[in-house]
Amino acid sequence: MTITDIQSTPPNEQGYREYSLGGFHFRRDEFFVHITWPTGKHVASIDAFLRALQRDVAWDFFYGTVNFDHVFGTVNHYGTVDMFAGRFNDAYRRAELDHTENFETPVIRETFKAILADWTNQSFDPFASPAETAKPFGAKDGDNISAVTRRRIAASRMVGIPGDEALRSDESGFPVNRMFADVPQDEPDVHPLPGFEKDVAAFNLFAYLSRSDVTWNPSVVSVCKDSLYCPTTEEYILPIVHGNDRVEWFVQLSDEIVWDVQDRDTGAPRAKVTMKAGDVAAMPADIRHQGYSPKRSMLLVWENGDTGLPERISKGLESVYPVEF
Amino acid sequence: MTTKYVTKFGSLENYEKGGIEIIDDDPKHFVFSNIFEVANSSKPWEKVAVAKNTKYVIEGVRAEGTSEWRTCAHDEFVTVLDGEVKVEFVKLATPAVPADKEGSVALGGEPTGTPMGHVVLRRGHQALLPANAAYRFTANRTGVLIQQAIHGDDTVERWADICLS
Repeated sequence: MTITDIQSTPPNEQGYREYSLGGFHFRRDEFFVHITWPTGKHVASIDAFLRALQRDVAWDFFYGTVNFDHVFGTVNHYGTVDMFAGRFNDAYRRAELDHTENFETPVIRETFKAILADWTNQSFDPFASPAETAKPFGAKDGDNISAVTRRRIAASRMVGIPGDEALRSDESGFPVNRMFADVPQDEPDVHPLPGFEKDVAAFNLFAYLSRSDVTWNPSVVSVCKDSLYCPTTEEYILPIVHGNDRVEWFVQLSDEIVWDVQDRDTGAPRAKVTMKAGDVAAMPADIRHQGYSPKRSMLLVWENGDTGLPERISKGLESVYPVEF
Repeated sequence: MTTKYVTKFGSLENYEKGGIEIIDDDPKHFVFSNIFEVANSSKPWEKVAVAKNTKYVIEGVRAEGTSEWRTCAHDEFVTVLDGEVKVEFVKLATPAVPADKEGSVALGGEPTGTPMGHVVLRRGHQALLPANAAYRFTANRTGVLIQQAIHGDDTVERWADICLS
């Protein structure tokens, strides 16, 4: 798909283009995004919308459902993506106002990337903590392409191994975050004998995380077949409500996060999970969750990248729960 | 006002455990445990599963003294959450396990092969445990590590003992 395939208008009076994809239409003004579809319409803060859109684009629609809020979102089918309004909202469904359309992944990806690039002004970084970026509001004021097109880090074996993803440092543009100033920066003692430099390898994961410049952005640091360690640093609120299509695990490495857990399909509250350093918890495959981190914290998100898992779970061949006891 | 932030890590001797407020669910579904609490009730080097996703596991391990030599046909990874752990590596002259064997196994003695070197890990440090190498841990004071692994012959599952219910 090329930029010419993206359906957009000339800039509106606030300087932003409007976009259409299938039956969905997107318009932003100084404060809000306005989304319409054949059976309804929705208004949301542009701040929350851009933060959610940034994750959906950067994660290539992630695992399962990315709810931007209680109305709008996407479901990844790994090759195609559903865009929906009201699909996981009981009231919308009962009123028959819900709407879903399926798109080839490149089509929706390029449209979302265009919206994100156009609607993000120069002083706003949707990946940053709200305390570390300017506000997204107002008329069009430049762009922040380097921020919204960050490359997603994905180690093939482990961060720090020669030839794999690099460590972070002041020199590479990753200073220690203000909330992790007390995290030790010492590196492990690594003594490979000649010829074994790619096998005898270690790095300081906590120091690496302390230098992350983004929030709520799991990235792969080590790979054991389909077992993916995807640690991330969290501050304020997870900008999306993630609906699982497989079991996901959290290991709280530092500080504290509170998770609101709801039924994946209806949004009915199921539990509130408070995790402190050393706590481990599963997020079952039939829930949606949103996290709250009062101080920047380190969270190890542990994913299973087995591409057959969602289908096996949907067919009842695998449980939505990881363990029975 | 300038705020001085303090990052809270846990340790064997100092950790706080969170919890679950149930609204309409079963706490068992969240398989909630605390790694330091698990290590406090584990034998040295016991590989206790604290997370499981089909065949994959994260094992919580009480690091104390010197472990046996182990090996695995695929890469694993170890992260130290408390204490200091030395890891020694030996490239085995011949792999000790078939290529399709998943999970680590104990060698049952000293490895035969070529020394590869060693690493010393402290809190927050992560190391590769490379496929078909023998490895051995040493912790001069009791610590805690987690291992990114596949369920093996020696993985211990005792969910009812470690999880909220």
